[in-house]
Amino acid sequence: MPKGRTQADPEDRFAMGKLRTALIFGAIAILGAIALAVIALHQGESISAVWIVVAALCVYAIAYRFYARYLAGKVMGLNAKRPTPAVRHNDGLDYVPTPRNVLFGHHFAAIAGAGPLVGPVLAAQMGYLPGVMWILVGAVLAGAVQDMMVLFMSTRRDGRSLGDMVRTEMGPIPGIIAQVGVLMIMVIILAVLALVVVKALAESPWGTFTVAATIPIAIFMGLYTRYLRPGRVGEVSVIGVVLLILAIIGGGHIAADPFWGPAFTLSGTTLAIAMMAYGFVASVIPVWLLLAPRDYLSTFLKIGAILGLAVGILIVRPHIQMPAVTPFIDGSGPVFSGALFPFLFITIACGAVSGFHALISSGTTPKLLENENQIPLIGYGAMLCESFVAIMALIAATVLDPAVYFAMNSPVAVIGDNAVSAAAAVAQWGFHITPAELEQLARDVGEHSILSRAGGAPTLAVGMAHILSGVIGGKAMMAFWYHFAILFEALFILTTVDAGTRVCRFMIQDLMGVAVPKMRETKSWTANVLATALTVGLWGYFLYTGVVDPLGGINSLWPLFGIANQMLAAVALILGTVVLFKMKRERFAWATAVPAVWLLICTLTAGFQKLLHPDVKIGFLAHARKYQEALAAGDLLAPAKTAGDMHRIIINDYVNSALTAGFLFVVLTMVVYGVRACLKARRINHPTVVEQPAAHELTLEDEAMDIARA
Amino acid sequence: MPRPSPQVEEPAGGADLLCVCRDALVRWGKDARRTASLMVGQPDYEIYVAHAEATHPDQPPLDRTAFFRLHEARRFGAGGAFRCC
Repeated sequence: MPKGRTQADPEDRFAMGKLRTALIFGAIAILGAIALAVIALHQGESISAVWIVVAALCVYAIAYRFYARYLAGKVMGLNAKRPTPAVRHNDGLDYVPTPRNVLFGHHFAAIAGAGPLVGPVLAAQMGYLPGVMWILVGAVLAGAVQDMMVLFMSTRRDGRSLGDMVRTEMGPIPGIIAQVGVLMIMVIILAVLALVVVKALAESPWGTFTVAATIPIAIFMGLYTRYLRPGRVGEVSVIGVVLLILAIIGGGHIAADPFWGPAFTLSGTTLAIAMMAYGFVASVIPVWLLLAPRDYLSTFLKIGAILGLAVGILIVRPHIQMPAVTPFIDGSGPVFSGALFPFLFITIACGAVSGFHALISSGTTPKLLENENQIPLIGYGAMLCESFVAIMALIAATVLDPAVYFAMNSPVAVIGDNAVSAAAAVAQWGFHITPAELEQLARDVGEHSILSRAGGAPTLAVGMAHILSGVIGGKAMMAFWYHFAILFEALFILTTVDAGTRVCRFMIQDLMGVAVPKMRETKSWTANVLATALTVGLWGYFLYTGVVDPLGGINSLWPLFGIANQMLAAVALILGTVVLFKMKRERFAWATAVPAVWLLICTLTAGFQKLLHPDVKIGFLAHARKYQEALAAGDLLAPAKTAGDMHRIIINDYVNSALTAGFLFVVLTMVVYGVRACLKARRINHPTVVEQPAAHELTLEDEAMDIARA
Repeated sequence: MPRPSPQVEEPAGGADLLCVCRDALVRWGKDARRTASLMVGQPDYEIYVAHAEATHPDQPPLDRTAFFRLHEARRFGAGGAFRCC
C-alpha cells in the first residue's frame, strides 16, 4: 500500500472506499447470481457441490455487508458509546468484555448442534434445490435477524433471558405461557435427539461400542481434571480425543468378535431404555465426573468435524447425485410425510431459523459483549456460519446415490427388511441400484445393514465418509470415517441430552415451586431426583413411542420438533416486533414482522395439518380414527400385534395431538398479546421500552467510576 | 467488516519482521486458546486476576482451581448451559 494514502484527503478516501465496496460486492453479486442460476436451472447431468458452496458464500457476504449493517444502523440503531452489560457490570467472572473473535467462537459453538445436520438430510428427499433455497433465504431474512435482534434486546436489558424479556415487554401472562412453551420444546427436542442416536446405534455393535466407550473415557477425564491436574482442559481433551480414536479403531474388532459383537448388538427398545437410565444418572451425579469432560470432547470434536467437512468438500469437490427437485414435493415421500409447503420449512429448522438460538442469544453471550457494534458479527454472522453447516449437511446427503439415500431413510413398512425388497422399492421411484451394491456399501462402512436408518445421522455419516475418505484413506478408511461421524454426532447429542435434562429439571423445579416451595431447593436430593425423573419420563415417553413406531418415529416426532422450534422463533420475532414498536421504530418493524408472519403461516398450517389432515400419514387424529375403526371391527393393523398395542397407538396419537394443540395455543396467544402490545405502543407518542438507560443518563457516580476505570 | 487500522510503521530489518510475525503468532495462539476455553464455559483466568486486583486489592482473588470449578458448576447449574439442538 503506498504510504501517501493515509495522508490523502478524507473525502477522497471515502469515495475510494465506496467505489471499492461497489466493485467488490458487484463482483460477488454477479458470481453469486451465476452460481444460483447453475444450481436452479441445471437439468440432466450432475453438478458440482462447489456451485452450492459458492452461491451460499456470495449470499452470506452480501447479506452480511448490507442487510446486517442496515439492521444495525437503521432498524436497531446500535450505539457504540452505550455501555454493554459486560462493561457496566464487569466482574471478571460472569460479565467480562470479551474480544469479538473469541466471543464469536463461543457463540457459534453454543448455537451449532445436531439440528442443522439432521433437518437438511431429511429434507433432501425433495431434492437439493428446495433445501438450499430455504436454508439461504431463511437464514438471511429470518434466522440471523432473530439471533441478532434477541442479542440486541438482551444486551440492552443487562443480559436478561428471553422469558424475562417477554414478561417485562409483553406482560406476566405471555411470560408464563412462553416459559411453559420453552419447557414443552425442550422435552420434544430431547426426545427427538435421543431418537436420532437410537436410530444410529440400533443393531450396530461398532457404533454402540464406541459411544459406550465415551462414558469411561469421560469419567477418566473427569477424575483427571478433578484430582490429578485440576483445570487442565487442553491436555485432558487431547488425551480424550486420542482415546476416542482408539475406541473407534477398537470398535471394528469388537464388532467382528464372536462374543462381544452380539453383546453390543442392541435393539432399538433396549437402547431407548438404556438412554433413559443413562440420562437420569448422568444428570444427577456431580457434573465434573461425566457431563463437563464429555462437554469438552463433544465441543472440540464438533468444531473439528465441521471444519474437516468444509475442507473435505473443497478438496474432493463431489458431484450432487440427487435431482434438483424430486416428485416427493407433493407430500408422498417416504422420509417424512407432507407437502413442500409447509413441511419443508418445518423440517429444516436449525440452519434456516431456529427458535432455540433465542435462548442462547439471551444467555451468556450478551454478558460478554464488549461493544454494541459487535452485535452484527456475533448475532448475524454466527447464524450465517450455522446456516453454512446446514448447507454442508445437505451436500453430504445429496452426493450419495439417491437410491442409497432412499434405501437408508425409508421405513421398513415401505421398503421391506432386506436388500432385494429395498432395491425393488427404490426402483419404483426411478432410482436404480442392485441389492449386491447395497450390501457392499454396508460392508464398506462396517455395518450389517444400512437399510431404514432414518434419523439423518447414518445418512450424514455415509455422506461424510464418502467425502472424507476421498481426502484421507480411500475406501479402506471408509468404515473408520463412518463411525467417526456417528461418534461425533452421538457424542454431542448425548451431551445435549444430559445438559438439557438438567436445564429441564431446573425449569420443572421452578414451575413446581409455585405450588410447593420446597421443590425449588436445587440442593435437595428429593426435589432433584423427583424433577429429574419427571423430565426423563417426559422425553423418555416420546422416545419410546418413536422407537416402536412402524414408520420410524422420526416421521411423527421431527415435524413436532420443527413446529415447536419454529414456533419459538416466531415468539422471539414477535417480541422483537413489539420492542421495535415500543422504541418508536415501527417503520422498521417489518424486518422482524415479515419473518414472524411467514413462520406463523408455516407453523400454523403445519400444526393444523398434523392435527386435522385426512391423510393418516400426516394427521394424528385421522390415524387414531383409523385404528379405532379397525379395533371396533375386531381387526389388528400393523405394527400392533394385540388389542393392547392398538390401544397404545391410539393413545400416542392423542398425546401427539394434544401436544400439537398446545403448541398452537401458545403461538396464537403470543400473537394476540403481541398485536395488542404493538397497538398500545403505537398510540403512545414516546418510547415505552424497558431498557437500561443509555450512557448519558448515567448518574454522576457511575460516570466517576467510568472515569476512574479509564 | 472493520476497516483496517492505519498502517503501522513498516519494520526496518529482517529481525524486526521476525519479531512482528512471532508476536502475531503468539497473539493468535492466545486468542485461539481463549476461544477454545470459552467454548466450554471457562473464561480467561488472567483477565479475572487483573480485574480482581484492580477493583478489590484488599481481597485475594480465587486461585486457578477454584476459578475453574466455579465456572464448571455454573455451566451446568440452574439457568446455565442451554445447548442448541
